[in-house]
Amino acid sequence: MSSVTRVVLAEDEVLLREGLVALLTRFDFTVCAAVGSAPELLAAAREHQPDLVLTDIRMPPGRRDDGLRAAVALRAERPHLPVVVLSQYVQTGYATALLDSGDGQRVGYLLKDRVAEVTEFVDTLRRVAGGGTAIDPDVVRQLLHRPRDPLAALSAREREVLALLAEGRSNASIAGRLHVSEAAVGKHVGNILLKLDLPPSDDTNRRVLAVLTYLRADPVS
Amino acid sequence: MTTEHPSHLAEALRRRRWLISAWPWRALAYLVTTVPIAGFLAVGLLVIGGPMLPVFSTLRQHGRPPSIALMLFLITGSVILVALAPILSFAVAAVERWRVRLVDNRPLPSSPWPGLAARYRSPATWREVAYLFWLGGFTPVAYWVFLILVLLDLGMISSPWLAGDANQPVVIWQPIDSTGEAVPYAIVGVLLIPVLWYATGLLAAVQAAVARWALAHPVDAAALREVTRSRTRLVGAYEAERRRIERDLHDGAQPRLTSLTLQLGLARLDVPEDSPASRPLAVAHDQARGLMVMLRQLVHGIRPQSLTDLGLAGAVRELADAATIPVTVHADLHDELPEIVETTAYFVVSEALGNVARHARATRADVRLTRAGGDLVVEVTDDGHGGADPARGTGLTGLADRVAAVDGRLLLSSPPGGPTVVRVELPCRR
Repeated sequence: MSSVTRVVLAEDEVLLREGLVALLTRFDFTVCAAVGSAPELLAAAREHQPDLVLTDIRMPPGRRDDGLRAAVALRAERPHLPVVVLSQYVQTGYATALLDSGDGQRVGYLLKDRVAEVTEFVDTLRRVAGGGTAIDPDVVRQLLHRPRDPLAALSAREREVLALLAEGRSNASIAGRLHVSEAAVGKHVGNILLKLDLPPSDDTNRRVLAVLTYLRADPVS
Repeated sequence: MTTEHPSHLAEALRRRRWLISAWPWRALAYLVTTVPIAGFLAVGLLVIGGPMLPVFSTLRQHGRPPSIALMLFLITGSVILVALAPILSFAVAAVERWRVRLVDNRPLPSSPWPGLAARYRSPATWREVAYLFWLGGFTPVAYWVFLILVLLDLGMISSPWLAGDANQPVVIWQPIDSTGEAVPYAIVGVLLIPVLWYATGLLAAVQAAVARWALAHPVDAAALREVTRSRTRLVGAYEAERRRIERDLHDGAQPRLTSLTLQLGLARLDVPEDSPASRPLAVAHDQARGLMVMLRQLVHGIRPQSLTDLGLAGAVRELADAATIPVTVHADLHDELPEIVETTAYFVVSEALGNVARHARATRADVRLTRAGGDLVVEVTDDGHGGADPARGTGLTGLADRVAAVDGRLLLSSPPGGPTVVRVELPCRR
């Protein structure tokens, strides 16, 4: 990953756009373009070939999911293009559409509220730009909420670990969050992957994707 | 139906206390006031219709084609009758509607003069005309019969006095010469008074019923449709307004608040922990974050954004995703639905799934969205223990109200032991 991350930003509300530019600049991202609509986003991303695209979902011209569709279109052109979308509310369908785009990695789906947690938000952007995947905890919670027989087999602690796993965290990060040893986390992860019938692997991202793919599947009744 | 006070004559007639109530007198007043009107109409009918009758009968008997003069007479007469009747009937109907109040406490509203052309076109007019003929043609005959009965009874009652005069035998069925012979007749006559009193009521009741049938304005179907349409319009306008508020909040207030929170977050980065500003800033930041959550819930309550963004099927799938039990969604929708129908359907599913989670102890649910004719049909089925009772306030009545506001129907089947099916049919005319 280069020292400077070049970002194309799309957000239709001017104040928030400026706020995001200020935030990105402060954390040494280079903002190549800050635009306010889906077509402008497409044009800017094609022109600047950024290291990261950060976009709102609901934007002009359609004011529906234009931002998301632009992001998906860009990833169809460049499957490895890191994209983070901001959503005003939890919408599992959007998260899955994003995960299904391009190579299914280097995507982030965050609630807009997360920009308030400045440092965490920036960490997430860096993680995605660096090849990771980040799905908002609320979305993960909703996905986990869905009853599935295999999930019923998980203990409460394993569910917690699974949720953090799905956010794209490393074992060390999970251990820090839950105040347990990293070894314990490793054991939990192993058990989870076993119970969910997912082949164990060390690659964080593959773990997340495996878990998410599993979660996205239609509930087994 | 027995209320304390009968509202009209036919009801009052069935009461035991009828004879000693005010009703027979009201009936009598009604009959008496009918006489001049019916008489006037009868005379009119005889004047116009009278000459026609012999003409018709000669035509029938001789079977020859009528002469030109006869034809002209018949046509002119008929035209005059048909042309004048609606105008005359308007006035008579107004009087009759007012008069029927003598024996009927339920008001019979009059309608204003609709204009000449409209008067001839309206079916209600011709019902009034029919009433006119009935009042002028049939009523007098019935009254004569009734009057003869009354006079006969009066004769019977007064016979003992009248028969005292031997030179003048009273004739009822047979001549009566003496007071002694007349007494049984008098007794029977007195006993017949209540019968006649009832007959008075019956006659007035029949007449009032006919008047009611002929003169009550049928509830105009066009007006009814118009009322429903405007109600739907109102609901639609309300819906559009909600959508506008949601959009303003989503596109205006929410991003600004997010931006504010972001700025506060940025400021906190550069304020050292030990600075006096640090704590108020942290509090402000937390409050702004809390407000963001609150505003998001508020906006969602006004109008679910998923509906705006994804349409009905997508929004319902999101609802299913958020449910605590497995919910399968079958959506078979191809064309655009009116916005108000979408919103209503969304709330039906939302509420029904909420009920399933709260009351049904179900392990799974199914949601079906299909088009049937001009309707959108929403079915939510669960395998719970059934026994859902709208009367027990499971939110079903509120849901039914919402559905009714857009002219839809809510059907519920929830036998004990389940399964429960909530079916809602929403008409989709624009």
